[in-house]
Amino acid sequence: MHELGITEAILDIVLRHAGGARVRTVQVTVGEWTGYVGDSIELFWQELARGTAAEGARLEFRFEPATLKCRTCGTVFGANGSDLQCPQCGALGGEPSGGRDCTVDAIEVEGGDTA
Amino acid sequence: MSTRVPVVERVLSANDAVAAEVRAQLDGRGIFCVNLMASPGAGKTSLIERTVEALKGEIPIGMINGDTSAAAFDAERSQRAGAVSVHVNTGGKCHLEAAMVRDALSLLPLDEIRLLLIENVGNLVCPMSWKLGAHVDALIGSTPEGDDKPYKYPKMYAGVDVVILNKIDLLPYVGFDCERFLRGVEALNPGLRHFRLSCRTGEGLEEWIAWLKQQIRAAR
Repeated sequence: MHELGITEAILDIVLRHAGGARVRTVQVTVGEWTGYVGDSIELFWQELARGTAAEGARLEFRFEPATLKCRTCGTVFGANGSDLQCPQCGALGGEPSGGRDCTVDAIEVEGGDTA
Repeated sequence: MSTRVPVVERVLSANDAVAAEVRAQLDGRGIFCVNLMASPGAGKTSLIERTVEALKGEIPIGMINGDTSAAAFDAERSQRAGAVSVHVNTGGKCHLEAAMVRDALSLLPLDEIRLLLIENVGNLVCPMSWKLGAHVDALIGSTPEGDDKPYKYPKMYAGVDVVILNKIDLLPYVGFDCERFLRGVEALNPGLRHFRLSCRTGEGLEEWIAWLKQQIRAAR
């Protein structure tokens, strides 16, 4: 159920930036470490957006894999489902480097003079 | 005709702003705050009970207990142990949000308490994303859960300030490899402060309590 709070937050951002215009699409980046599932966001979206300027807007997701940056050699490698070992030099672990956040990147609204 | 409006806004930025408000409110009153996160059954409420008992008569404690339902067992347990407690029903959400903490603060006697313990919803996935304004984000792991948890929930282990390994009295029975567990913790969060204890037997609790007292003193 963690997508409920997230979807509420997405809707708040979208409506604020739409400035009252009808929203057609919403581009969202979902980092792997957030654990958010697009289908679940979609489900809540339909409910929450009903009756707002974003009702019926299409969600477009961009998935960003979770990565670690090796503290020894700087190699960036996948962080999930692994032994957390750098494939290049074998050092253990690293600084989390990607896939931590969920962002609203852009929206598409009806009309030509909103931007 | 349509227009593309660039946004580029972190979805949780609004939550972060409220978390900063909560932190400012706590700092203004010299209250030290710990956000306790763990999977269900790891021992959040047990550690709270033990902590409240150990600090009784010395440090007044406020509690916020987050639960996905109206069942206030955990808040009742904290209350019985001697803390002033507010139960927060998240309405199905699997984590606490900063706004829930802000609202709960208004129900606590902030002038009287010096330590605020927040018991997050039992979950190893999303509570970490939602900052609450606490000074310390603490994660309780327990030996029966297995030594693979840092590897399976890297975001959680990478983001916390303290790890508490509970139920060490069960080590002889559950095949938990402490080395492997701590290696995973170190890989994600080098130098992370960790405690090993048993809320049941009391072993190791002293060190946790001593550290906590030190933090509370420093917050004044």
